[in-house]
Amino acid sequence: MTPDNTTTARHAVSVRPARRTEHFVADVSETPLQATDRVKDEAAPLSLWGEAWKNLRKQPLFLISAFLILVVVAVSLFPGLFSQIDPTSEACQLANSDAGPAAGHPLGFTQQGCDVYARVIFGTRSSVTVGLFTTIGVLLIGGIMGAVAGYYGGWIDSVLARINDIFFALPLILGAIVLMQLPMFRTNRTVWTLVLILIVFGWPQIARITRGAVIEVRNADFVTAARSLGVSKFGALMRHVMPNSLAPIIVVATISLGTFIVAESTLSFLGIGLPPSVMSWGNDIQAAQASLRSNPMPLLYPAIALSITVLSFIMLGDALRDALDPKARKR
Amino acid sequence: MSASVDFQEAGYATERPLLEIKNLAIGFTTSNGEVNAVRNAHLTVMPGETVAIVGESGSGKSTTALAAIGLLPGNGRVAAGQILFDGEDISNASEKRMIELRGNSIGMVPQDPMSNLNPVWKIGDQVRETLKANGLPSGPDDVAKVLSQAGLPDAGSRAKQYPHEFSGGMRQRALIAIGLACQPRLLIADEPTSALDVTVQRQILDHLDKMTTELGTAVLLITHDLGLAAERADQVVVMYRGQVVESGPSLELLQNPQHPYTQRLVASAPSLASRRIQAAKELGVETDDMLAPTETGVVEPSTSDDVLQIQNLRKVFKLRSGLGKSTDFTAVDDISFSVKRGTTTAIVGESGSGKSTVAQMVLNLLTPTSGKIIFDGVDTSTLNSKEIFAFRRRVQPIFQDPYGSLDPMYNIFRTIEEPLRTHKIGDKASREKKVRELLDQVALPQSTMQRYPNELSGGQRQRVAIARALALDPEVIICDEAVSALDVLVQAQVLNLLAELQSRLGLTYLFITHDLAVVRQIADRVCVMEKGKLVETGSTDDVFEAPQQEYTRALLNAIPGAGLMLPPEMEVA
Repeated sequence: MTPDNTTTARHAVSVRPARRTEHFVADVSETPLQATDRVKDEAAPLSLWGEAWKNLRKQPLFLISAFLILVVVAVSLFPGLFSQIDPTSEACQLANSDAGPAAGHPLGFTQQGCDVYARVIFGTRSSVTVGLFTTIGVLLIGGIMGAVAGYYGGWIDSVLARINDIFFALPLILGAIVLMQLPMFRTNRTVWTLVLILIVFGWPQIARITRGAVIEVRNADFVTAARSLGVSKFGALMRHVMPNSLAPIIVVATISLGTFIVAESTLSFLGIGLPPSVMSWGNDIQAAQASLRSNPMPLLYPAIALSITVLSFIMLGDALRDALDPKARKR
Repeated sequence: MSASVDFQEAGYATERPLLEIKNLAIGFTTSNGEVNAVRNAHLTVMPGETVAIVGESGSGKSTTALAAIGLLPGNGRVAAGQILFDGEDISNASEKRMIELRGNSIGMVPQDPMSNLNPVWKIGDQVRETLKANGLPSGPDDVAKVLSQAGLPDAGSRAKQYPHEFSGGMRQRALIAIGLACQPRLLIADEPTSALDVTVQRQILDHLDKMTTELGTAVLLITHDLGLAAERADQVVVMYRGQVVESGPSLELLQNPQHPYTQRLVASAPSLASRRIQAAKELGVETDDMLAPTETGVVEPSTSDDVLQIQNLRKVFKLRSGLGKSTDFTAVDDISFSVKRGTTTAIVGESGSGKSTVAQMVLNLLTPTSGKIIFDGVDTSTLNSKEIFAFRRRVQPIFQDPYGSLDPMYNIFRTIEEPLRTHKIGDKASREKKVRELLDQVALPQSTMQRYPNELSGGQRQRVAIARALALDPEVIICDEAVSALDVLVQAQVLNLLAELQSRLGLTYLFITHDLAVVRQIADRVCVMEKGKLVETGSTDDVFEAPQQEYTRALLNAIPGAGLMLPPEMEVA
């Protein structure tokens, strides 16, 4: 096993008197030899997402936020299941104006005599719709712009990055306020115009995150390997680069979903978001403002609903970040 | 196990061991519970002696050394046993006591010279910090003296520079200067040169040897390289899976390994192996027999035996230097060589020699500035996109980093299937059959198909990468440092696999590496590159036995343990 010629020469770098020591050999039965580089096939196969899911399942932060989000989504899809009372203005009776909780009306009444609980339940849908669809739109536009800029680089990147900077410099709310004043939007305020305007000012953040993630992945060896297989440049982007850049994008998108809901409420509160005919938390908070001193409850409940929803999305984003961050996973 | 008896026999009765580790056990608390990193470890370092701990990654060698200087990570602790430094048990010593010991009694040279110097501090300041912390005079002259002792030329002005202005070797010298600044009695060197080129490694280790001999410093050297350990240390301790499996005088241990693990290690240490892996030649397969076309019929029998010809290849990169200006950097300078079908040609060079640039150009991922790459009689620069697609099928790469070359989102089946799908070969069932065959070829169980790269070790990933490269029945495989990141035993396993595949499938390898020891094991021909130029080519035997160029000789001479294997007349002083 030992080549014979090892005896011939020892490098005479240091000539110290060698200490004579016992040649210790551990008991083989105590230090059993294992096959070199054996595949461990005991555990079930686990993808990165599978591993992230395994981590997530154990996190209280994730469980709580996911539960709350499920509730909010259920409420926005089927508000009728949670409240049988008609919350619209026509059904409100002024006789109940600012009345406290009563049987069947656990949260009391607004100044217009509408049931607060029913309005909070039915107002969920517009907030969630705006948040969800704005996020989807922002992901599409920001994702494409960021991916193209990051992956192809060069002058494309320079042009897209400047456009990105311009929109990034405009604050979301301020931009929305200005745009909503334009005649075409002022006369036609719906959930969808609001979504459109929030997308216009919301995409740069996602674009920036996507660009960074794509730049990080595009030089990875596995992308070069795929290219040298004959996979086209665009094919490598879609099949290898994007799936590996998704994690940070999802985290940021989840958190910004919460901020878009806040933006909707803010604009509605200012009276330039959804028209008063559409039920939304922002509109309710704005309406309740008038009677804040005498009866703060109608303002409090939609505000709580808003806070819980936004907080759950932000918490979910945090939990996802912990689960998807490879550095955190090694611990 | 009474090691002390032997010291008395050897006349060391009066001398007390400087560092003695007895029955040491180290545990880490992780999210998966307590993990025992080290069990039942023992070793002894006498004053002025060099002791090496050898082991593969995860063997517990660095953990043992970190415990000796009290720098275990927060979740690690000494679970049992003693660490005696000059008779004092420091295994559970207070942080205050450890701070007293660190620096002036126990010094440390860390592994990675790139990340262990603070990038925003001048080198001199970092040395001064060490001197100050240990209450030594720390004027500019003292700092310069410490640096020049570590072999940094022009130390006075060098001290005013920042780490990014230093090369890897110079940084390591600075780290050695810091480690030895306070003339400690024990120096722990954790893989001090594994990030450096061999010739630089040699210089640094020679200098470290000289310094520690002059100062009478004992050295605890942590390394994965058995050849290096045997060359530099008086005693070698072999660790395996957290336990000491064998220890003793280095030469004796090397010549007469007792434990099966040590035997395995000695047998596969590339720096000690003197022969090529013989798979191809033993089977009596000659290159001519390998010209048969593969089953897919893509291969047209070529008149030329040279599957790859590189002619006067040059690559010039434009480096940006200020506004609108650029300077030329010649990465590859007028290189010509040819690769015979069915053989292995190695391109050897140190970092910055341009060897990887050559690989990229052969793979048609980079366009040469001038010169030709002729593959099977056709100049690759004239190929249109359809022909390039066909070319890709016949020339496949295997990359260095087994952690980076597989898409973490793809399971092994998809990873190996991707080339087949990209080239639209077969239907789903036949592709699955092919993937199973490929896994068999690289000796991975078929159950691996459903796994993801993060569940496999480096060697296993590299075998997956090989399977993937083989999927299209290529003729040429470009291995860019394909085994450099692997542990010795795993490396030997992968090299054997490559040799076996070559003899079975008639593959041609272009092997890019910095490791001459590996070249000797696998290559038929060697091209030595230095700073973009080809300095020497020849058959492996010729180059190793009679190197013509000074640079080649220096490279050969710098292989750790080279002196242990070469016959005396071969040794170049």
